Amino acid sequence: MKEFLAQGGYAFFVWGAYGMAALLLIVEVVVLARRRRTILTRIGRLVRMRGAKTP
Amino acid sequence: MKVNWFKFAAPANFYPVAGWLVSVFAVLAAAAILIGLYWGFFETPSVLGGTNPQKEYYRIIFIHVPAAWMSMWLYLVLAGWCAIGLVFNTRLSYMMAAAVAPTGAIFTFLALWTGALWGRPSWGTYWDWDPRLTSELILFFLYLGYIALHSAIDDTRRADKAAALLAIVGLICVPVIFWSINCPDPTQCAALHQRSSLSQMESNILSSMLIMAFGFWMYSFAAAFARLRGIILEREADTAWVQELATKEARR
Repeated sequence: MKEFLAQGGYAFFVWGAYGMAALLLIVEVVVLARRRRTILTRIGRLVRMRGAKTP
Repeated sequence: MKVNWFKFAAPANFYPVAGWLVSVFAVLAAAAILIGLYWGFFETPSVLGGTNPQKEYYRIIFIHVPAAWMSMWLYLVLAGWCAIGLVFNTRLSYMMAAAVAPTGAIFTFLALWTGALWGRPSWGTYWDWDPRLTSELILFFLYLGYIALHSAIDDTRRADKAAALLAIVGLICVPVIFWSINCPDPTQCAALHQRSSLSQMESNILSSMLIMAFGFWMYSFAAAFARLRGIILEREADTAWVQELATKEARR
């Protein structure tokens, strides 16, 4: 395991590259998943507000 | 079975299809990336021979090359949807273009970032104004330019058209990147990227790289369709079907 993490002494380069890739892709997935919910909640709130005005 | 494909050009009809596609492509992407990473890290030699041996850091290839391929391919897709939008004036095409751009920008950045971390141990430098590095950097700015121009114009239809023109003009960058290593005389133009051929690669390395490329491609589909769903909802917020959907979600 230790040997695997060391990558022959090139851990900084290998994990620096893989770390950034993982970070960006995971952040993108989380942002996308949240965004749709946020939009739907916002539209839902707008619809309810409008509905309350016109009985 | 006869399917009327034009039906799906309407955002309301494509929205549920996109949701289904997101799950399919996400599963494919996760599977390919896991297999590719396992193969790449555990079934490959740790040192590549030759006069200038590549040590463990060559494993950056499994994300560097797929990310670079995706950066160029997604730009072609982006410009393609922009062109279809301009020719046929279809709203969904512009939405597809806008949905692809951020994922393309991410892969372009990743190609540059992983390239820098690979360049340092193998070439002795993080950055050089090598033709391929420079043109890839310009591609990154083109993606950012498309996104910035689109968000700077309030009127969505005008934003779509203006940004689409920019994307199509910027298309010239893709062949430049692709052929930027075809240096006829190495003493005339110093290029760090040398001409290489897939057939010369060790078969385990080649397979893991291709599987990772497939994984990144499937990931791009999933991310673009997920973003498309958000864009459809935002742009169709005033329509009955979106409002119905929003009230249904709120009740849950």
